Amino acid sequence: MIEIVPRGTMRPRIAILIPVIAGLAALLLAAVPLAFAGAPILPAYAQMASGVFGSMFTVTETLTRATPLIFTGLAAAIAFRARLWNIGGEGQLYLGALAAVWVGTGMIDGPPILMIPLVLAAGAAAGAVGLLGPALLKTRFGADEVVTSLLLNFIILIFVQMMLEGAFKDPMGLGWPQSEPILDSAVLPTLVDRMRLHAGFLIAIAVALVAHAVLAYTVWGFRIRAVGGNAAAARHAGIGVKRTILGVAIMSGACAGLAGVSEVAGLKGYLTSDLSPGFGYAGIVVAMLAGLSPIGVIAASLFVASVFVGADSMSRAMGVSSFLADLIVSMSLICMLVGGFFARFRLRRRTTRAP
Amino acid sequence: MSGSILAMRGMTKRFGPLLAADSIDLDLYRGEVLALLGENGAGKTTLMNMLFGEYTPDAGEVRIRFPGGDEEILPPGQPQAAISARIGMVHQHFTLAENLTVLDNILLGTEPLFSPKRSRRRARAGLHRLMETSGLNAPLDVRIRNLSVGERQRVEVLKALYREARILVLDEPTAVLTPQEADSLFAAIRDLLGDGLSVIFISHKLREVLAFSDRIMVLRHGRMIGEMPTSEADAGGIVRMMVGEEQARVDRTVGKPGAPALGLAEISVPASRGHRGLFDVSLTIHEGEILGVAGVAGNGQSTLAQITSGLLQPGQGTISIGGRDVRRLSPARALREGIGRIPEDRHQDGIVADMSVAENLVIERLDSPEIQRQGILRRSAIAAHARTLIDAHDIRGPGPQARTALLSGGNIQKLILARVLEAQPGIILANQPTRGLDVRAASEVSRRLIEARDRGAGVLLISEDLDEILTLSDRILVMHNGRIAETKSRDRAVIGAMMTGGAAA
Amino acid sequence: MIDILQIFLSESFWAASLRIASPLIFGVLGTLLCERAGVLNLGIEGIFVVGAMTGWMAVWLGAPLPVGVLAAALAGALFGLFHSVLTVPLGLSQHVSGLGITLFASSLASFAYRTALPQVSSPPRIEPFRSLDVPILSDLPFFGTVLFQQTALTWLALIMVGVVWWIMDRTPLGVALKAVGDNPEAVNAQGLSVIRLRMGAVVAGSSLMALGGAFLTMSAFDAFFFGMVNGRGWICIALVIFASWQPGKALVGALLFGMFDALQVRLQTEAGALVPHQVFLMMPFILSIIALVIVARRADYPRALLTPWFRGQR
Repeated sequence: MIEIVPRGTMRPRIAILIPVIAGLAALLLAAVPLAFAGAPILPAYAQMASGVFGSMFTVTETLTRATPLIFTGLAAAIAFRARLWNIGGEGQLYLGALAAVWVGTGMIDGPPILMIPLVLAAGAAAGAVGLLGPALLKTRFGADEVVTSLLLNFIILIFVQMMLEGAFKDPMGLGWPQSEPILDSAVLPTLVDRMRLHAGFLIAIAVALVAHAVLAYTVWGFRIRAVGGNAAAARHAGIGVKRTILGVAIMSGACAGLAGVSEVAGLKGYLTSDLSPGFGYAGIVVAMLAGLSPIGVIAASLFVASVFVGADSMSRAMGVSSFLADLIVSMSLICMLVGGFFARFRLRRRTTRAP
Repeated sequence: MSGSILAMRGMTKRFGPLLAADSIDLDLYRGEVLALLGENGAGKTTLMNMLFGEYTPDAGEVRIRFPGGDEEILPPGQPQAAISARIGMVHQHFTLAENLTVLDNILLGTEPLFSPKRSRRRARAGLHRLMETSGLNAPLDVRIRNLSVGERQRVEVLKALYREARILVLDEPTAVLTPQEADSLFAAIRDLLGDGLSVIFISHKLREVLAFSDRIMVLRHGRMIGEMPTSEADAGGIVRMMVGEEQARVDRTVGKPGAPALGLAEISVPASRGHRGLFDVSLTIHEGEILGVAGVAGNGQSTLAQITSGLLQPGQGTISIGGRDVRRLSPARALREGIGRIPEDRHQDGIVADMSVAENLVIERLDSPEIQRQGILRRSAIAAHARTLIDAHDIRGPGPQARTALLSGGNIQKLILARVLEAQPGIILANQPTRGLDVRAASEVSRRLIEARDRGAGVLLISEDLDEILTLSDRILVMHNGRIAETKSRDRAVIGAMMTGGAAA
Repeated sequence: MIDILQIFLSESFWAASLRIASPLIFGVLGTLLCERAGVLNLGIEGIFVVGAMTGWMAVWLGAPLPVGVLAAALAGALFGLFHSVLTVPLGLSQHVSGLGITLFASSLASFAYRTALPQVSSPPRIEPFRSLDVPILSDLPFFGTVLFQQTALTWLALIMVGVVWWIMDRTPLGVALKAVGDNPEAVNAQGLSVIRLRMGAVVAGSSLMALGGAFLTMSAFDAFFFGMVNGRGWICIALVIFASWQPGKALVGALLFGMFDALQVRLQTEAGALVPHQVFLMMPFILSIIALVIVARRADYPRALLTPWFRGQR
């Protein structure tokens, strides 16, 4: 028989090591599907690496891809810290994008200094509303937010399609269901000449730093950690648990909404219903790899983005299905989960000595 | 007494650095009641869990002798083996599935899992016979969740007897029973001893042990300290063995009641799944007195505590603090009004285990300017504050920045007490403040409560431990079935009768 | 104007309701088994995808239809085993593990499909289950169409309702499963294995979920598309709460859902000009949320749901 024995206190160094090992393990495991797809293993890894680090272009592409992941990763990390299971990042992202398009395609116009904050605020607000709904259903009716926020993803995506075929449809779009382009004044500037990397990346980093500061240094962050750690004790200690949860919902939803804004106003320029290849769900993986730490989210996003960019480039070059990237990302989540277990416990063969 | 039917040799169990059981030997003879005495954490439950296969011992063996003279060494860590050897255990925490009926719970594990249907007529008849012979009755077709605590206790015993236990382990069986219920349980079990049942009885209630057992073994810090026939035991000597030295028990001192501090008037709460109901509960706590609420667990004390700490709004009735009516008491409001609360379940309601000791010490006063400035935590002030309280209250652990989960139960209670007393509350709600603490820690808590009373605080002390109520209280209330009544008597029998619903005296 | 009454009287409406409900019946029953034993299985969405892909792939490779069904169930069981190892003996977060299983299972299924069929523009078709057309019975008025012109998989779903009900309500195994989801200690103290009961429930439940997926590619359609599960798994998680974890109510819940969905399709064809068709597409999801909100307050969750159990820790 095998027994599960808790280890003593975890050293911080190990806490940082686990996600690194989990990511590497997932990358190594990718050799199995690669072999099944008949791709030469080592050249495939080399192609992945050069797809990420090969040139200035690939590096900036990776950072560009990391941008929405930082936002959705923060959305998940902040919510999970308070034990609010926000699985609706995907939907909140689209709400943010929708709001950005609504405000940014001619509703009003002004100088960039006005328009950019306005678009960001509109997207953040829309994302916040997107999670406030499930959070209210939880605090008012006790409805499980896992299910409601998940189902809302589908509703919102259909709603986006409806708007893109209706009110928001670009008359110049040759019949394609896409929105009008964002006004130039609302477009996030690019950071490097002739590259797609845009200011959204810096905003994402800034938001992560702010989130870290809020959680670690403020009374508000104290309340969030207390509610997430033990809601009953927090309530007993006079902390407004429902208010805290609603506040967290606003913060978390806003982060996911910003992901949508940054993709529309920073990268694509207009909204389509395939804006996000599952950034909302990947954000959950990012948050878990980050150990729910906002600073960790930045690192974890870079990893997940590298996997996406590297595996995509390899897929194109070697004719392997691009679902490989999703596969690696999902495996890194599972490896992280198992790694977290072995950091806290060890397995021991059960033996009993005679007296 | 005929030969030994159970021999445990060299039983050892280690939990991390803690040696919970240190090569303990134990023999049990046919037809006897063996009492295991000891403080919390002395190793009684650990020893029994090894017997029953819940824990795998690090060393030691359990030998069973069958009537024919055969011997068997129980394979470690397998409850199934213990059950086959006809060892039955009544756990301190009930092991009943509340969504199932009494019958389902008793038959669970006795029928082959993959049989296509349940044939229960025989089982039912057997159970009826068993209930008749043992005098323990339970309604077979009622779900556990609809039973009282006393009835659940009987189901636990029936479960073991139905499996024809020859060795019955009772782990603190009376913690949730009234004195009368406990007596009838003991009487029923005494009757079974003649049929060859042997009982190991775990308790820390000396009175019960002296009345019910044939032989006493005392454990301390995981070691067997002494053993004697009950007829030769004297109470003082046993306490010395349990505690290790003569303990200065807290002596009863009298308070000087002043003006009313907290009043509940005709409070009623409808019962729900989360809590018992209250009916017309009125009480007044004066400054400078300890008001004790006695009663068996589950008679509405938790609801009373929830109301006074602001966690639950009463359906009817008024709460007044210092003579003013308070509408909608919330936990935050209770804190502002100077009600300090020591929760019943300190792990569930008292602390956030993953946050630091320092953070748990300030969690009730986050609005204070000493803790924060414009919403920013003053981390060095919080740390300094923690060091002061840790010193003043002798909270032992890895330090102020360590996770609170690493503290022992007694030190967690000290943390909560430190947090509550620091605010100099005018009213203190102490709900089971010494439950699960060892004698030393418990008397420390009692001493602090008396100090607070002498400083002028009104204390509402809710406890299942009648001795604690009798020692500390200036006035005594008794709760039964959601109602409350005051008694002037300090006679255990009188109060015991009130706990079962008898008239006030 | 739309004559709603006419819709409700039409045989095809009721037949469609039952058809739409079939995969959900499998899914809700599977969820019920897992949650009754105390394990939330958010892997359901991915297990649906795996079941759909595996069943279809097996038949496309030449296996007979029943073997395809078995293959789907087996694949579901494997992912269930994975989830149960993570959540039961290791006691890891059921939320995160379930989401991980969903992401892993759906990307693995899609990867396998793409690897097997790298260059196809339109998805290859198989010969799916046909309606049973029971002699005589199928010719009965009304019931003939509604019940007896369904496929074997719909019948399997209905039979599974009875089987799960029988197990949960009438056998010692069901009693033990209900007990392990309420208080694992009760099961352990009676000498039964908490770990085995829970893992068994998750494995069995997951194979039922996979059958729900297989219904999509082997009965409702005849090919595998990416995104074809489209939230059906999540809807089952909501429906089981609505059904208060009882097989009979699970059937009712799935049927009600099927009715609304069938109604929605018919209204769409009749009122398509007045309202954008997406409004109707949203309806199933909105209905699920409404159903969840209505029952949430009095939902009687299995007490030990989400709580891992470790031997010798009390």
